[in-house]
Amino acid sequence: MKVRIRFAKYGVMKFIGHLDTMRFFQKALRRAEIDVKYSEGFSPHQIMSFAAPLGVGIESFGEYMDIELCSMTSPEDMKRSLNQVMVEGLEILSVTILPDHAKNAMASVAAASYRLHMKEGAFPVEDLCGKIRAFYEQEAIFYTKETKKSVIELDLKQGIYEINSDTDGSVRMLVNASSSGNIKPSMVFEKFCQFAGVEIPAPAYQVVRLETYTDLAGEGEAHRFVPLAEVG
Amino acid sequence: MNQLALSDEILMQVEKPARYIGNEVNSVIKDKAKTAVRFAMCFPDVYEIGMSHLGIQILYSMLNEWEDVWCERVYSPWVDLDAIMRRESIPLFGLESQEPVRDMDFLGITIQYEMCYTNILQVLELSQIPLLSEDRGEDMPIVIGGGPCTYNPEPIAAFFDLFYIGEGETQYRPLFDWYLENRSQGGTRQDFLRGAAKIPGIYVPQFYEELYNEDGTIRGRRKRYDDIPDVILKEIATDVTAIPYPMKPVVPFIKVTQDRVTLEIQRGCIRGCRFCQAGQLYRPVRERDVDQLKEYAVEMLKNTGHEEISLSSLSSSDYSRLDELLDFLIAECGQRHTNISLPSLRIDSVSLDVMGKVQDVKKSSLTFAPEAGSQRLRDVINKGLTEDDILRGATLAFQGGWTRVKLYFMLGLPTETEEDILGIGDLSNKIAAAFFEAVPKDKRVNGKVQIVTSTSFFIPKPFTPFQWAPMCTKEEFLDKAHLTKQGIMSQLNQKSIKYNWHEADVSVLEGVLARGDRRIAKVIKKAYEKGCMFDSWSEYFHNDLWLDSFKECGVDIGFYTTRERADDEIFPWDFLDCGVTREFLLREWKKAREGTVSPNCKAQCQGCGANRFGCGICYDKDGARG
Repeated sequence: MKVRIRFAKYGVMKFIGHLDTMRFFQKALRRAEIDVKYSEGFSPHQIMSFAAPLGVGIESFGEYMDIELCSMTSPEDMKRSLNQVMVEGLEILSVTILPDHAKNAMASVAAASYRLHMKEGAFPVEDLCGKIRAFYEQEAIFYTKETKKSVIELDLKQGIYEINSDTDGSVRMLVNASSSGNIKPSMVFEKFCQFAGVEIPAPAYQVVRLETYTDLAGEGEAHRFVPLAEVG
Repeated sequence: MNQLALSDEILMQVEKPARYIGNEVNSVIKDKAKTAVRFAMCFPDVYEIGMSHLGIQILYSMLNEWEDVWCERVYSPWVDLDAIMRRESIPLFGLESQEPVRDMDFLGITIQYEMCYTNILQVLELSQIPLLSEDRGEDMPIVIGGGPCTYNPEPIAAFFDLFYIGEGETQYRPLFDWYLENRSQGGTRQDFLRGAAKIPGIYVPQFYEELYNEDGTIRGRRKRYDDIPDVILKEIATDVTAIPYPMKPVVPFIKVTQDRVTLEIQRGCIRGCRFCQAGQLYRPVRERDVDQLKEYAVEMLKNTGHEEISLSSLSSSDYSRLDELLDFLIAECGQRHTNISLPSLRIDSVSLDVMGKVQDVKKSSLTFAPEAGSQRLRDVINKGLTEDDILRGATLAFQGGWTRVKLYFMLGLPTETEEDILGIGDLSNKIAAAFFEAVPKDKRVNGKVQIVTSTSFFIPKPFTPFQWAPMCTKEEFLDKAHLTKQGIMSQLNQKSIKYNWHEADVSVLEGVLARGDRRIAKVIKKAYEKGCMFDSWSEYFHNDLWLDSFKECGVDIGFYTTRERADDEIFPWDFLDCGVTREFLLREWKKAREGTVSPNCKAQCQGCGANRFGCGICYDKDGARG
């Protein structure tokens, strides 16, 4: 039996990296005495799959992992017993039973939504709403990505599905988060700052992932983004 | 959630920010308005090392059980954060409250190895606490030292307000009670220290003075008050089954050196190896009740979620109920998909059988510690292991599928000759040969065996029979390592043997710090001021800065290392009493030079003096004393 767990990671827990978060959950499942299925072999490990790795420093209310179970009482029970072994800043939001044929969390990821806000005060941008609209109306948004081996020119525009500002003064965006075309919100925001002619250093604003989505659209159809928790 | 002591900007800059945020599973948060005593418990090394230490987990748990005490953890900030904290004058903080250490009542520092001495100064300076005890005002925390290095506290005495000598379980409550009483009476820091000096096991260095002879040796000691003790006897938990044990150890987010549940099965060691300090300090052997250990194992695994459990003791094979405990753990851990790690086991058919059950034979290696290359020298150091034992154990292991063996030796032991050194290569070769004999050609995995032979340099330690022994110079050490290498290279199976040796510079320094006196303190301070820190990390060890510091302070290294001590020389640590008498150690030192072995505690009591504690093996019914 497979279940999908949606969890939040915030506060000081944003400093815990992806691999350490996985290790945390491995231990948490044992503390909660969840009847997890283990792989075969000499050193069996829990069968577990995380959706989209979250960068250090980013908070999230839409993190997902799938685990395989030998048995369980109910999703509500499991949510409760897991929450009893969490720490402040890690919280189980929902547990859903997955249909047997469901793709695993990681393979399902298509997009993610984010909120960006200043840690103190508001973004120092006049007419934020209008500037964002103008920014997004550009035909292409080229971003130069430097890796250890090469320099790549990316057009972010194709991977930004939505971007706008909220009434609370934050910036929201829905971007590609699939393994092939993942876009970091900080890349988009960096380009926006250039466009708006302001300098906002990364530590000054907080990125929060709000939700992770899969795409239910068939080939050739328009995107149909659905939160990972709503599959199955 | 607490406000962090460090800004997001800083945390995003440093390596592994999880070292500094606290919030781990089982860490203890209390309401500070309701706690009378704030205690910062420090391991002066990086988080991953400090979090692996059992002693701190034991004391952390015990202190936090007391309603009026809040104990927090503190580790050395790594060099990246160290630089930022200095630049921005950020005070070092407790992980739990994220509040400055300097605002707490106590800073307790566990001192596990000599090479952390400069890190003690780092912790003090970053905490914005004066380095010298004499410079600390009324508002500063009381700085306490504990752990094995406090059995010669003199080189670092100037930096501490008091030392707790012995096992921590017994005197913290009386110490805190006196602290609170003194505070409610409006007493001063001096008043507190005066009273503390009369609590068993507590040593207040500023009340004593070291006096010297013209030749630089110690003439004696003078105390400032008549009502404080001349000799401080170590504290010991006489019933190890009755003392608290951490059922909910703190579980780190990041991978640490010992990322597992640690089950302490006994304290002390029956063996009496003459180079080993722990073997003398923690006498007598006291075993924990096996049924209690079984319960502890289950509860700790449940409370932590760790995937591995490890047994802790100086010599696990000597625990009388080991088979029963392992059978239980194998059954329990099998159900829980938990691994068992078994350090310090004697290699025989029984232990190999157990190890075969709990480890992946192909991946794991077996460790033997013959310590010396010849039987003669093994007799000198009273290491009971014979060549037959090793070859028999290795043969069994090879038949069981193991193909990797690690061997540990020491160079520079008292009376060592060229022959003993060449014996290291001989023994390594014989073990390799045993593989080819034990395993038929068609059954050899990759056709190979891998022997890793490592040597460290012998450092005489206080409260061992070798406390009188001269230590080698750096040059002598390196010659010995070179000869060992040649000895190995000349062997038939040399291609199967890999040889590693320890740094010589750092061993010489450790030798000075281990047997040093109060005159060493200024050298440590100078070296720290020159930038020495994390000396146990080879990439941060600056021997040249240390040598300059010795020179500038006019301290001769050879006086502390290579000099042979007379039988009746007064040692800096002689005012401490670890239970084992000086007469016994001197007897052992003479027997060592004759090459005579001493039987272990189980076989025959050697009258070491530790029976005065009235507990443990000295009084077990199957012990020699009856």
